Amino acid sequence: MTMTAIPAFGTPPRSRRRLWIEQITGASFALPALALLILTILLPLAVLLYLSLTNYEFGAISADWVGLANFSKALADPIIRRSVINTLIYVAIVVPGGVFGALLIAILVHGRRRTRSLYEVIYFLPVTSTLIAMATVWQFLLHPALGPVNAMLKWLGFGEIAFLSEPSTALATLAVIGIWQLLGFNMILFLAGLSAIPRDLYEASEIDGCSNGIDRFLTITWPLLGPTTMFVIVTTMITAFKIFDTVAVMTRGGPMGRTEVLLYNIYLEGFQYFHTGYAAALSFIFLAFILVFSVAQTFTLDRKVHY
Amino acid sequence: MATVDLTSIAKSFGPTKVLGGVDLSIADGEFLTLVGPSGCGKSTLIRIIAGLEAQDSGGVAIGGASVDHLRAHERRVAMVFQSYALYPHMTVGANIGLPLTMSRMTLRQRLPLLRLLSRQRREILRGIEADVGAVAAQLQLEHLLDRRPAQLSGGQRQRVALGRAMVRSPDVFLMDEPLSNLDAKLRVHMRTELAELHKRLGATFIYVTHDQIEAMTMSDRVAMMDAGDVLQLGTPSELYERPASIKVAQFIGSPAINLLPATLAGSGRIELFGRPLSLAVNGTAGASITLGIRAEALSLAQGEPGQGGRAWFSARLRRKENLGSEYILHFDLAGRDAPGVTTRATAATAATVNETAEVALTFDETACHVFDVGGERLEPRNGGAVSSVVPLRA
Amino acid sequence: MASVTLPVAARAAAPITPSGAIAKRLLSLVVVHGILLAGAIFMLLPFVWMLITSIKPPAEIFTAQISLWPKQFYGVENYSFALSQAPLLRFALNGVILCAGILVVQLLVAIPCAYALAKLRFPGRNLLFVLVLLGLCIPVQVPAMPLYIALAELGLLNTYFAMMVPFFLSVFAIFLFRQFFRSFPDDIIHAARLDGMSEFEIVWRIVTPSAWPAIAAFSVFSAVAHWNDLYWPLIVISDAKLAPPPLGMMFFADAETGSNYGALTAAATVLTAPLVIAFLIARRRFIDGITMTGVK
Repeated sequence: MTMTAIPAFGTPPRSRRRLWIEQITGASFALPALALLILTILLPLAVLLYLSLTNYEFGAISADWVGLANFSKALADPIIRRSVINTLIYVAIVVPGGVFGALLIAILVHGRRRTRSLYEVIYFLPVTSTLIAMATVWQFLLHPALGPVNAMLKWLGFGEIAFLSEPSTALATLAVIGIWQLLGFNMILFLAGLSAIPRDLYEASEIDGCSNGIDRFLTITWPLLGPTTMFVIVTTMITAFKIFDTVAVMTRGGPMGRTEVLLYNIYLEGFQYFHTGYAAALSFIFLAFILVFSVAQTFTLDRKVHY
Repeated sequence: MATVDLTSIAKSFGPTKVLGGVDLSIADGEFLTLVGPSGCGKSTLIRIIAGLEAQDSGGVAIGGASVDHLRAHERRVAMVFQSYALYPHMTVGANIGLPLTMSRMTLRQRLPLLRLLSRQRREILRGIEADVGAVAAQLQLEHLLDRRPAQLSGGQRQRVALGRAMVRSPDVFLMDEPLSNLDAKLRVHMRTELAELHKRLGATFIYVTHDQIEAMTMSDRVAMMDAGDVLQLGTPSELYERPASIKVAQFIGSPAINLLPATLAGSGRIELFGRPLSLAVNGTAGASITLGIRAEALSLAQGEPGQGGRAWFSARLRRKENLGSEYILHFDLAGRDAPGVTTRATAATAATVNETAEVALTFDETACHVFDVGGERLEPRNGGAVSSVVPLRA
Repeated sequence: MASVTLPVAARAAAPITPSGAIAKRLLSLVVVHGILLAGAIFMLLPFVWMLITSIKPPAEIFTAQISLWPKQFYGVENYSFALSQAPLLRFALNGVILCAGILVVQLLVAIPCAYALAKLRFPGRNLLFVLVLLGLCIPVQVPAMPLYIALAELGLLNTYFAMMVPFFLSVFAIFLFRQFFRSFPDDIIHAARLDGMSEFEIVWRIVTPSAWPAIAAFSVFSAVAHWNDLYWPLIVISDAKLAPPPLGMMFFADAETGSNYGALTAAATVLTAPLVIAFLIARRRFIDGITMTGVK
């Protein structure tokens, strides 16, 4: 036992020192992130909360405490109410279209061998493109007189439609562009989910009598894709709820307020009209919606559903 | 009647030949095992019988009628997969009941929402439940019917997979290495259970495995496959006692058969390490052959070697393996161009040998297998070795 | 035995099939590709139309007669006009600076923090992780206003720094890397410690290289997000010289070019091209990246 210490397991002084070093390193590694977390998220949230309870306007010298007046004003404001409804309509179109469209495409693409990567590229292309630039192109595509879409409609014998300036079609048109932008992203997520389903199960079901596509889909694909589908739905809801770019570039809330959405109104109130206090209250309303979706997302993100 | 007849089944994946024209007839109620090393084509063959894979040429008939035009579920076969392939999102009851749901309900009765409109549905469901219950009782799964596969042990999953196969009382059970995911102890237990199940159901079983012990213990007949061909078809004892080729002899039996190089002297007599044996086969003098001796046919010589005309050779102990009930002794053949040999021995015998001195090993020539250069079996000539040795043993 | 050989079917192979089944198979193939191609046209139409319009002369654009291919090649004029009217290349360069700056800081901050959360015990670790999860739920549009006020007070509006600062901390990166680091074997870290490596070296020389797939995936995710982000630059940047691609495109569209679609589509092409080309080159990385950051 004269051999010099191979540090024996759990020698008290050493391990205490080790623990101490670990704590110091851990804390110092986390420090930059913590500082940024405080400076760019927590502190701004606190300030935002304070602002929402005042009538502060950016540039003003002072502000008065108004309590919940901003919130009650927002809830009564017909413009805000309309923008919330518009946003939800937008979400209600983009989510089913963007999720189930992507599911259909993913299932079809998954079965291809040679053409699979070609289709993957094509469908994914809009995800990487700059939406603002493409929005300009869409505007031209949908132009009542000059665009090919209307030319096609005329050729088919329909009347021309001013998609973006017609109150009844503007929001739906933006939603279609939204689906166009996000379909490929969701398709890739579904493809990953599909690849994770063991081939054995399809074979077993084949022997057990699932002879057609519908049976295979209902017995195996759909239930086993459940967690992926949940995740994709929630992500799509959040993305859709944050619609801003296309409104800002293509319609600016028009025609007749039909495409006013919540985030666009927050932008106008906060950074164009500088009704800072009011915009702060609107931000919290926006956050409330996002939180409802996000909590669901955090759940699906951390908990892969095990059967 | 559910005989299964395969006529010259061939299959290639791209340039790789997997099956090279397999012919096989399986009797009604027979337990036939396809055994062989991995990649020998046994799994592909069973998948072709199931209808999961299409053969390039040849035909499959079940119960005398061709099933080549039938889809998997129309062939009245059930399959147990190596991974069990249980539906992870369904309860045990739903897993077992799925084949019945598919066959007894129309598509409309199975579709979500639409199915609520069906009036017969409830009745059909009750029937399925009763049948599932009956199968579950046979497999002692009643208390697990509401669990999901992830909550079950390996052995329980195995039984659920069996239940799903049994529930529609198929003519033929196909099993693709069903025991290989179980631990050793459970595997031994399930072997017995499967054999009993086969007896009880009286259905035709086609069983794929790479484990020769499973093949030997459960089957009525074994088809040993290699490189896409059936090397030998016979009862387990036929394969063990009269292997048709070196490959079969090597694959069947544990510890593996001892193979010793030998030559033919004049008149077909076999010479081992320069000493002539009384064993003779047809063949030209000077030809090399291989002598196969099972471990139990080889023993330590008592007294003077060669006593009573028994064949022998000398060897030196390398290692003793204690199996409890007996020992396996590994010997080196000192100075000879041959791999070592193994023998079985009692504890008492094993105690008499050690690594220091050479010993003489003697063997029963009637239990020898002779293979030619190509690995094919050569039959000992009658009247030669056999008759002259038997009296000596008495 | 009469037999027809089929190409190896994808799954659930059909056994030797009579000709009726082949016709059925062919029909389903036509339907599948029909749907996929229709979708592909919908996906590609804007890109195709953008490229075509960008090489058309105004006379061919402003006509009700829609033609697929220009009679007169006008690409040089459109692109040079677009490039002379607005600093498009500058916008693209700004995009690169913005994405690179954000990404570098994100990685420098997130990797050590994720390692600490995954492998080290320190006081407040659980609280920090809860805050990270909370941060995941808060989109940048919410703290935007206080950040804007602070930057304005500090006189930092219209700087690269202002454009980058809200994104320096990526709670998502911390979360993703933590998941990845957790599965890194403790034994290797212990061995490295016994070999005398400091924790700092362990993070950057042992653990980080092993997390390369996750880092690449996150980089793709981050670059795509910030190259295309409009909201925040729109708020803090009014100087066209600093505008990243989306904001630059907006400025350009608002300027007198208004309805000069030839020049507009040329500009759109220039600003969309870098990321799309990057995607076409590193296709697998993009797709794996989305898969990993998406469902991990």
